[in-house]
Amino acid sequence: MTSVDFERPVGQPDDGRLRVAVVDYGAGNLVSIEQALSTVGARVVIARDGGALDESDALVVPGVGAAAPAMERLGRRGLVRPILDWINSGRPYLGICLGLQLLFEMSDEDGADTLGVLRGRTVRLEDAPTLPHIGWNQVERTRDHVLFSGIAPAADFYFVHSYAGRPEGVTGEAAILATTTHGRPFVSAIDHDTVLGVQFHPERSSGDGLRLLANFVRWATAIAAGQGARYAPLGAGGLGGA
Amino acid sequence: MLRRRVIPCLDVADGRVVKGTRFVDLVDEGDPPELADRYAREGADEIVFLDITAAPERRGTLLEIVERTARRAFIPLTVGGGVRTVKEMRDVLRAGADKVSLNTAAVADPTLISRCAGRFGRQAVVVAIDARRTGGGAEPGWEVLVRGGRGVTGIDAVAWAERAADLGAGELLVTSIDRDGTQSGFDTELLKAITSRVSVPVIASGGASGPADFVAAVRDGGADAVLAASIFHRRIHSIASVKAAMAAAGLAVRPVEEAA
Repeated sequence: MTSVDFERPVGQPDDGRLRVAVVDYGAGNLVSIEQALSTVGARVVIARDGGALDESDALVVPGVGAAAPAMERLGRRGLVRPILDWINSGRPYLGICLGLQLLFEMSDEDGADTLGVLRGRTVRLEDAPTLPHIGWNQVERTRDHVLFSGIAPAADFYFVHSYAGRPEGVTGEAAILATTTHGRPFVSAIDHDTVLGVQFHPERSSGDGLRLLANFVRWATAIAAGQGARYAPLGAGGLGGA
Repeated sequence: MLRRRVIPCLDVADGRVVKGTRFVDLVDEGDPPELADRYAREGADEIVFLDITAAPERRGTLLEIVERTARRAFIPLTVGGGVRTVKEMRDVLRAGADKVSLNTAAVADPTLISRCAGRFGRQAVVVAIDARRTGGGAEPGWEVLVRGGRGVTGIDAVAWAERAADLGAGELLVTSIDRDGTQSGFDTELLKAITSRVSVPVIASGGASGPADFVAAVRDGGADAVLAASIFHRRIHSIASVKAAMAAAGLAVRPVEEAA
């Protein structure tokens, strides 16, 4: 795979690639998500404050670890309000691991109040034979979504976490897109209008992970072009060249 | 269902992968990112990278290699060797590692484990334990060695494993120094002694000779993941053949993807 330009010079003309802002709030490894999104054709902008979001078409919030320090760091960088405004205005969002958990109302891990986009809370995995839940596990879809286009049912993705979001209420439960079992089943992917979230790490999940990110880029490109999420024309989900 | 992982280990010295027994008779085996990419394509579930020189003045070289590897292989990367502080761990994570393994420095100052877990989350902290059998009594015992197997501590390895997990280790990488490089099979008694006392995942290391050893490490030792170096580097066994044996023994493994 070729290396990709992450420090694009100011004034570079728009080349038609989807501009994806990846939020950097000091919560872990950004190299792999940056590289994976670039590999599937996105132009990655690292967002360390709200200003970077103005220049972007899609938003990715990654992260591992606990909710309270994450919310604190997002707050310190003035990112909480811009992220909420982004979601409320119907622009495409992908939360990965902690970036999914933060969408719920609060976290049991440290009692932190989180973004509250989805009804429900982040809870410890129940009856898990080992914790943290580390490794590859099967993601079982409860319905179809373009995010999983071209990916086999119950495909394996890489997880590393001890907590997961538990949606509540009618809208919360309607958002469930996939579940995974470690001890008991937990929610491993959600879909709520233009908000997507995955508990696993697509950027570390080999070919299927790249396929999923390519699907996200195409889905977000369609939304950014005003075509609507549900009717986005998608190919077979192949990676072309990768 | 959670899969049992097969993990090739890249021992890195001066920016190159070396093979042989981990700490002696080093032979150049190639460029770390290239080898990591090859293993990712062959179905490795994760890569572990151990900087066996771990000289502070060569830190920059290591970080550059970590980043090149992270950009090339889209599977998880654990990096160990010589990490002594929270700041050094941060640098390795920022370079693209998903997890950092602590060894000698954690034995010297166990609070390093809790400080790193507090800052980065326990899922990012692997504690590597090098264990050697002690005495010849009826009950097996193991002690912790440090500094690449050269430093004797007198610390009970099983007690240390429990303490490390309590302090915030998210995973333990348990190497039998007696078996390491000998291709005489994993020390499943050591693994069982530890996996029966901790709830964090345990990676078995030291002694792999063939697919049957991987099965034994999981079935008899209770390991969640199994690591090996030379049998993969020397192409004595492929990751696919190891996984096929594990699957035939009824263990859940991630299928090797079709080549893209």
